[in-house]
Amino acid sequence: MVLKVFFPSCCSSAESGILIGCWISKQSSAVILAVVHFPFIPVQVKQYLSEVQRVTKVSVSVLGTWSNSKQEKEESLSEFLEDLGTIFSHEPWIQISKEGDSKFWSCSALRKHSNNLKEEEIILVYYDQRKVMLSHLHPPLDTATSTDQEADDALKLSAIFDTVAKSKILFMTDRYDDGPIKLTHWQSDGIEASIIVELMKQASVPVCMLLTFLLSLISGVCRSRVLKFWPLSFLWSKLSTCEQLGHRLQHLQVISSSQKAQNQTQLMRKANIFVSLLIDVVLGILLMSWLYRKNRIGHLADTLIPVADHVAEELQDLLQWLMGAPAGLKMNRALDQVLGRFFLYHIHLWISYIHLMSPFIEMILWYVGLSACLGLTVALCILSDIIALLTFHIYCFYVYGARLYCLKIYGLSSLWRLFRGKKWNVLRQRVDSCSYDLDQLFIGTLLFTILLFLLPTTALYYLVFTLLRLLVVIVQGLIHLLVDLIDSLPLYSIILRLCRSYRLAAGVKFRVLEQQDGKPLRLLMQVCSVRPPPLHEHQTAEANWWYKQTPRKLVALQWTKEILSFVTK
Amino acid sequence: MEERRYRSAGGAPIALRRRQHSASCRELAVRCPRLQLCSLSAVTSAVWLAAYGLFALTENSMVLSAAIFVMLIGLIMYLHFVKIDQESLLVIGSLGIQVTSSYASGKESTTFIEMSQVKDVVINEAIHMQKVIYYLCILLQDPRDPQGISEVVPLFQSSKPRLDCLIEVYRSCQEILDQRKTVPQ
Repeated sequence: MVLKVFFPSCCSSAESGILIGCWISKQSSAVILAVVHFPFIPVQVKQYLSEVQRVTKVSVSVLGTWSNSKQEKEESLSEFLEDLGTIFSHEPWIQISKEGDSKFWSCSALRKHSNNLKEEEIILVYYDQRKVMLSHLHPPLDTATSTDQEADDALKLSAIFDTVAKSKILFMTDRYDDGPIKLTHWQSDGIEASIIVELMKQASVPVCMLLTFLLSLISGVCRSRVLKFWPLSFLWSKLSTCEQLGHRLQHLQVISSSQKAQNQTQLMRKANIFVSLLIDVVLGILLMSWLYRKNRIGHLADTLIPVADHVAEELQDLLQWLMGAPAGLKMNRALDQVLGRFFLYHIHLWISYIHLMSPFIEMILWYVGLSACLGLTVALCILSDIIALLTFHIYCFYVYGARLYCLKIYGLSSLWRLFRGKKWNVLRQRVDSCSYDLDQLFIGTLLFTILLFLLPTTALYYLVFTLLRLLVVIVQGLIHLLVDLIDSLPLYSIILRLCRSYRLAAGVKFRVLEQQDGKPLRLLMQVCSVRPPPLHEHQTAEANWWYKQTPRKLVALQWTKEILSFVTK
Repeated sequence: MEERRYRSAGGAPIALRRRQHSASCRELAVRCPRLQLCSLSAVTSAVWLAAYGLFALTENSMVLSAAIFVMLIGLIMYLHFVKIDQESLLVIGSLGIQVTSSYASGKESTTFIEMSQVKDVVINEAIHMQKVIYYLCILLQDPRDPQGISEVVPLFQSSKPRLDCLIEVYRSCQEILDQRKTVPQ
């Protein structure tokens, strides 16, 4: 196999020394992590390496020598370097040398135990240590790790990224440190820390524990038997506010769980939930401060009653129109009048109730508005519930109209079967022929005719009220869509993609550098955030997780899929 | 490095450039037919004629400036997102295959497929409308099933070279892919 040497670009100008890194035999690649300079004591180097190996669990060893000579090749140095091969034995022993300012390096690999005299080909790949260390090129499928999986993983580039990422501790030594060994590798510009972040990190553990305790209390109360009685449980299931609150409770439980995120997806999920909650609460508080300023709640309450009156008046006009000759259709006068008067009486009742409640509306609104501090989504859900309550009479009309229509259709179909001499056999679940008596046929035909001629009237009422109900449902649906969007938008991933795209890196790009005959092939490996087109399972799995949280929200699932594919594309 | 001329499936002239960087690394680049001046002028004149017609109808000079803007922006977007100048295949034995498309505006879109995922590179036939066309594609291995194929990645979709060009590319790729089977560990 071709021997691949991954060389960090920051070590290109380092002084001569020995190379330390990791050898991945399955891929026949050597990942060089740092260069140790002269003078050094071999025993100390071996000690240091074994310590690093113990901490990082990466098999770091001496892989070869690096010679960077500014002048002509020094004979003594090259002999010395070859002797080093006997002290730190490694198979294969890699020797890289750079002469003067030449761009082309020579690289050779000595294998002591193989009989192959043909020189094997070497590919030199330069990589940026910082980017490779910080990027997370993990395998997309988190299936259970077995030996097969691990063997497969060793064949992928992710093994190399993993090696560099795990050896982070090796990069922590500073070049100005006065120790027994001097290393050259990527140097960080100093650990960036802010006191606020550190304090938050320290405070997060007790806060998480407190939050878990409170949440367990609240969920215990919610699950208690008292709240399971029929009227209350029916109410909870109908109000979307309760559903949203339960949803947010679940999110809080995910965040405040004390176990650390196991893998990348869980971490991103937690971060996304946290950011979404934060934005939600901030927007909710903004809304609250806007509402409570200049007594806007009072104005809102004042306009609510006239709006309800206006809606009722419009409905009355509509019913009067239906009781006449709507759109030129001729209705059955008697049935028309009955239905019209029935619905008009309902509207009258509804208006009286609203007027009864009018003194308390402002106070109720004021207290309900306080709950907007729990989040903008809760406020929107409350708005949707208020709309549902205010248009309750439309819902009632729809139910009456639908029931009447349904009964009529049912009766019509049954009598139509009688008209033709057939019957529905409940036992066999099919239509059978049946011989009816004369009086049965007579009454059946009469009733059928009556129902048939009354059909247009009922159908029209049904149509009108269904359309009204549809309108209300569309408005509520739009509000719920907005709520779902705020809930499931992966803001953290989007921000990460825009600001620090290399952390989401999911692909590499190779560029071929200038070649010279006789010298090894040189490639530059760049980390890019372009995900290769196959392997969509990761995004689908993530989107499915979001969907499982809120089963009715199919559109939000589409949105999340689109955004996730954009973010990780 | 050598360059040869071929024809695309539509009859336009394309060029294949082969470079051998080392024994196990080859680059094959297909240069697509350029943007034709006559088609560009035809589209421009059509848009401007329509704009003049609208101007004659509405007497609003904004129509003309809008047509110019639309033309410019449309051209820039076409060059940046649609028109592919060159498609290249970089095969590095034992590392992987890199597929690059460079657009007329200079943008490059790259995909790298690791060698462990590549099962084989083959030429497939496809029936498209009334023609039978050949295309080169990379078969990706299914990680769960060693004999199965998880995905087919078609190559050179903009330049659409004909069979003779595809055979050259196929032979070059196979020479490198063969190395991974013959060289023992």
